[in-house]
Amino acid sequence: MSINRRQFLRRAGMVTALGLGGSFVITGFRGKKVEAASEYETSKQGLKAKHWTMVVDMSKFKTEEDFKRVTESCVSIHNIPDFGNPKDEVKWIWKDDYEHTFSGGENEYLTEEFKKLPFTIMCNHCEHPPCVKACPTGATFKREDGIVAMDFHRCIGCRFCMGACPFGARSFNYRDPRPFIKKIDPDFPTRTPGVVEKCVFCVERLADGLMPACVEASNGGLIFGDLDDPNSEVRKIISTKYTIRRKVELGTQPSVYYLIGGGEHV
Amino acid sequence: MFEKALTGSKKYWAWIIFLLVVIAVGFMAYLRQYNYGLGLTGMSRDVSWGLYIAQFTFLVGVAASAVMLVTPYYLHDFKKFGKMVILGEFLAISAVIMCILFIFVDVGQPMRILNVLLYPQLHSVMFYDMCVLVGYLVINFVVGWTTLGAERKGIPAPKWVRPIIILSIPWAFSIHTVTAFLYAGLPGRAFWMTAIMAARFLASAFAAGPSLLILLVLIVRKVSKFDADPPGVGAIQSLVKIIRYAMIANVFFYICEVFTAFYSNVPEEMAPFKYAFVGLDGHASLVPFMWTATILAFLGIALLVLPTRKNKVLLPIALLSVFFANWIDKGIVLIIAGFVPNSFGRVTEYFPTMNEISIVVGVYAIGILILTILYKVAVSVRTQNDQ
Repeated sequence: MSINRRQFLRRAGMVTALGLGGSFVITGFRGKKVEAASEYETSKQGLKAKHWTMVVDMSKFKTEEDFKRVTESCVSIHNIPDFGNPKDEVKWIWKDDYEHTFSGGENEYLTEEFKKLPFTIMCNHCEHPPCVKACPTGATFKREDGIVAMDFHRCIGCRFCMGACPFGARSFNYRDPRPFIKKIDPDFPTRTPGVVEKCVFCVERLADGLMPACVEASNGGLIFGDLDDPNSEVRKIISTKYTIRRKVELGTQPSVYYLIGGGEHV
Repeated sequence: MFEKALTGSKKYWAWIIFLLVVIAVGFMAYLRQYNYGLGLTGMSRDVSWGLYIAQFTFLVGVAASAVMLVTPYYLHDFKKFGKMVILGEFLAISAVIMCILFIFVDVGQPMRILNVLLYPQLHSVMFYDMCVLVGYLVINFVVGWTTLGAERKGIPAPKWVRPIIILSIPWAFSIHTVTAFLYAGLPGRAFWMTAIMAARFLASAFAAGPSLLILLVLIVRKVSKFDADPPGVGAIQSLVKIIRYAMIANVFFYICEVFTAFYSNVPEEMAPFKYAFVGLDGHASLVPFMWTATILAFLGIALLVLPTRKNKVLLPIALLSVFFANWIDKGIVLIIAGFVPNSFGRVTEYFPTMNEISIVVGVYAIGILILTILYKVAVSVRTQNDQ
């Protein structure tokens, strides 16, 4: 049997179309499965909430040791590298002074002591996170419980989220972080170069029924709970005490509140 | 038609080889970056975008500017641009390819870049930017190649291209508008979050792009027998008018920005402008660039408004001034000053590294190589038909 050029091209075209179509069907199914898997399985002992919220009681952070303990607890379990320079720096929870944490609200008559007052900073897990909107791959996403989480394996490293975040909460792995991790914790993934990371409110611990590491290490300085639950401690503090949040005017609705005055809780 | 790019004078081949060498150097630099990570650039936690994204932004404008020839020629039947329009379309092709390459060299995980297609996020402006850029590349390639192919055979272009040509007009506006939306929708970046960002982008694009195009026409005239603006036609002077008004609009928009920031006296609005023009907290690395751009902008406008625009020596100077004023504004300052001060009110400066600059130069060399080949084909077809 002999075929001419036209026939050959037509047949080749049909076969190609079939092959491509088939592969789309298969990848379509696979896509669904991946999507289903990306939602954390909520285990029975896992802690649940509708809106996880953090209250930072600044009165409980007095000494250098108070801050260090909290930061260390996070660094050790999340394989956060220490590059030793601010250019490549990766940080999830850290401290800065009042003047810079709440920049924009300058009061020049504040005493130096007040301006230098240290504050604990982490990702604000905004209700309307600009980083999630910006992300072109869904590598950063907001969960049902309000946590803005990260998929380190989907991130392409475009850093649009870093431009979008008004709080400077995101870090990028400008180089291979693994040699700079003090002690690798096998329970949490280490990152490759070229991906963005940030605080995830310890989603992996919540799934095991544990509070975030920083909360445990804070001796009551960090209070974590469900803002949607009228009986939760965070709700009681936020509704009755004077708390402030960073850059509320931008409308992102941060879920990290700073309790001013502090003292005894409800 | 491509075979026409494979025959040429010694000078043509010397130029091609020179470009290939520059590309090779850039490629080596990219391999280094690929192995080490973006830490080899000057970018940091605070200034997380640098020269790459700035070049991308600038070149989207160059690509969009082809519409300044396409609209008059195809929509208003403005015959003067007849010989030039193909050069504009081919410039757009090369510019879009450079845009895509600048995005590629900027991402931390290039092997995952197709995740943008695999998990499309309809709320991300970057998704739309990718769609419009790729679409624009295809449109210009189809239109340019088809019309030139028809011309080669001495027949009118097929009817089906016309709707695509008309589509390319709003599409050109869309690529630069969407690129502006990448920046203009971010809360907390006062320098970018401005409603006239897209308008500014388009104005600066329609000034810088056609300036570059006229300079290219002048070069083509020198190195080949093809003249896209033969004596008596006046295509260049018509384009100069467009450039002039676009540049005036661009400077006007900029002054609007400065007014709003400083009359309102809002600190966040003023800080990036202060950083760019006078320095902030003792950091002033952009100041010389910004003032050079300012002087060039006004010089360019003056030379294009006055009769000097018809002077053979002063016209290229005016065009170079307009081009570099826009390049500094958009290809350097806009992106970097957007990150200053950072979210904590601190100033972190950004200085590109040699490796980073090599990659930038390499990508430009790829663009120029593509442009050279496309122009060689166009010029060969034209001169063959003229004989």
